Amino acid sequence: MSEENKQEPGHEQPPSEPVESSPEPASETPSAPAAEGEAPPPVRRKETDEEKAARRKAALEAREAAKAAAAQAAAEAAKAGTASPAPVGAEGDGAAAAGGGEEQPPKPPSPNQPRLDRVVALLRELIAEDSVEEAYINEANDHLPTLVVKNEHWRRAAQLFRNHDDLSCSYLRNVSGVDYETYMEVVYYPLNMATRDCYCVKVKTDRERPSVDSVTPIWETANWNEREIYDLLGVDFPGHPDLRRIMMSDDWVGHPLRKDYVPLDPEV
Amino acid sequence: MIRTEELLLNVGPQHPSTHGVFRIIVKLDGEVITEATPVMGYLHRGTEKLAENLNFTQIVPYTDRMDYVSAMTNNYVLCHAVEKMMGLEIPERAEFLRLIVMELQRVASHLVWWGTYLLDIGALSPFLYAFSDRERVLGLFNELCGARLTYNYMRVGGVKWDAPEGWIDRVKTFVKDMYNRLDEYHNLVSGNEIFLSRIKGVGKYDAETAINYGLSGANLRCTGVDWDLRKAEPYSLYDRFQFDVPVGKNGDCFDRYQLRMAEIEQSLRILDQALEQFPGDGETMGKVPRVIRPPAGEIYVRIESPRGEIGCHIVSKGKAEPYRLKFRRPSFVNLQILPKLLVGESMTNLVTILGGIDIVLGEVDC
Repeated sequence: MSEENKQEPGHEQPPSEPVESSPEPASETPSAPAAEGEAPPPVRRKETDEEKAARRKAALEAREAAKAAAAQAAAEAAKAGTASPAPVGAEGDGAAAAGGGEEQPPKPPSPNQPRLDRVVALLRELIAEDSVEEAYINEANDHLPTLVVKNEHWRRAAQLFRNHDDLSCSYLRNVSGVDYETYMEVVYYPLNMATRDCYCVKVKTDRERPSVDSVTPIWETANWNEREIYDLLGVDFPGHPDLRRIMMSDDWVGHPLRKDYVPLDPEV
Repeated sequence: MIRTEELLLNVGPQHPSTHGVFRIIVKLDGEVITEATPVMGYLHRGTEKLAENLNFTQIVPYTDRMDYVSAMTNNYVLCHAVEKMMGLEIPERAEFLRLIVMELQRVASHLVWWGTYLLDIGALSPFLYAFSDRERVLGLFNELCGARLTYNYMRVGGVKWDAPEGWIDRVKTFVKDMYNRLDEYHNLVSGNEIFLSRIKGVGKYDAETAINYGLSGANLRCTGVDWDLRKAEPYSLYDRFQFDVPVGKNGDCFDRYQLRMAEIEQSLRILDQALEQFPGDGETMGKVPRVIRPPAGEIYVRIESPRGEIGCHIVSKGKAEPYRLKFRRPSFVNLQILPKLLVGESMTNLVTILGGIDIVLGEVDC
C-alpha cells in the first residue's frame, strides 16, 4: 500500500475528480489567492490608525476583486460547460479510481451496488428523471453509496430518504459543507438505524449565491449544522427556521471557511 | 394560574454549571422557563480552518483540544480516518494500546461527568471521589505519553509511545480497584432519595425525538435505542471482546445517569479482556510513508466517544493537508435538544438537564 501512496504526488492533478469534470478554465481558479497576495503582508509592529484603515480597505478591495474574478469564471463555466453532465451510474469512478487505471475490469461489483441502484431508481421514478446527477460507490469508505442530487430536487429527495419504506433513514448522521472553489457542496449522511444502511448525499450549489433547501423540517439534527455551514461557508438554507450565525459573532464579516476568505481585520 | 411579569435571564457564559463558556438566555414566567436560546461560539478556535494548512500529524494535537475530557477518542477518529483512506495496516500491539487508552478515557470521562453532575445538583463530596479516581487514569496516561489532558498520543499508523515497563500491570490493578470503587459510588449516591427526586422523570424525551434530533451516546440509548457504534459498526478491535450495551427505557436524566455508570462497568470489562490478550511484544508503528498523503477522495469515519458519535469527514486532494476537514462533534449535536427540553421546566432543572446531556464546550465550539 505504501508504495502506491508514494507515487501519489506524481499525478496530483489527473486523478479523476468526477465533480470537476466540466471543462473549467483552470487559469481562473487561482485568482482568489492571487488577489489575496496583493494585500500587504501582516506586520508585527504597532500600526497607526491610518495604516490600519488602508489595510482594511486593501482587504476589502481584494475581496471584491476575488468576487469579480470568481463571478467571471462562473459565467464562463456556465457558457462553456453546461452541456456535459457527468454520466450517471458510472461505478467506482470516484475516490478509489485514483490509483487504478487499466486493471479495473476484473473487479467484482461492490456489495452495495444493488442498494445504490435501488436508490437511484427510486429517485428517478418518484422525484424526477434527472434528479440524480451522479451515483457511485465510495470504496475507500466501506463501499458507501454516494449520490449527487440536483439542487432543485433536494427537498423532495430528502423527504423520500426519510419517509420511503425502502429507505426510512430517520437518522441524519452528519452535515458538512465543502467549498470546492468553483462551486459549493453540502454533504448529508442519512442513516437507517434498523438496517444500518448509510448513504452519502451531496448537493451542489452555485458559489456566488450558494443556496440549498433546508432539511431542518425533515431532520431536526440539521438545524445547528446548517447554521454552522451558513456561518462558516455562507450557504443559504431557505426554509430554515432560524438561520443565524452560530460560531462567529453576529457582526462578523465574511465566512471563514471559504477558500477566498480574507479577514476584514488582519489583526484578528 | 397566577401570571407574573416575564423575566429575561442570562446564564453564563462564565457560570460553573454550564461546564465551560456556554451561554443560555432564558425567558422566565416566575420559576418556569418559557423560552431558552443557547448562545455558543465563545470557544470557537476555527480548528477546521486551521487544519487546512496543517498536515495530519500536526492536526492530532488540535483534536486533543476539541473534547478535552476525552482526547484519546478524538485522536483516534482522525488517525483512523486517514488510515482508512490510505489503507494502512496497524500493528496489533498499537491497536491494543489504542483500545486500552480509549476505554480508560471513557472511564475517566464518565467520572468527570459523574463528579461534576452531582456538583451541579448540589452534592460536593462525590466530585472528590470521582476526581481522585480519574487522577489515577491521568497518571497512567502521563506515564504513557507525558501529558495529563492533551495527549497527542496517536499517530497515523499507530501510537507514538510504547507502554513502559509494568504499565499494563498497573492498568490491571486500576481496573480491579475501579470495580470496587464503582460499588462505593453506587452506595454513596445512586440510592440517595434527594438525588433521585431531582433527576427521575426530568428532561424526558422519547426515542423518536432522540433520533430526529440526531442524539447519540447515552442521550440516545436512554430512550431504549440500542445503538453503540462499538457494536453497531465495529471498528478497532471491539468485535473481539464481550461486552453489553446498556440501554435505558424512560429517557430521563435518571436513565442517563444509570447508563453512564453501567458504561463504566462495561468499559472495565473490555479492559479486563484487552489487558489479558495484550500482545507481549511487537511494533507500535505500522509502515507509513514519510509524508502522509491520503489519496484524492472523501471519507466519513465515525466512532463512539464517551459522548456519542464523533465523526471525521475528510476531503482530500492527494496533498499532505486536508482540503476540508470536518468533525461531527457529539456534544454539538446533542445540545440541540436543550431548548426543547427546557420549555416548561423550572429554573432549577435547567442545570439538571444541561448537566445530564454531558457536553464539553471545546467540542461544541470546536
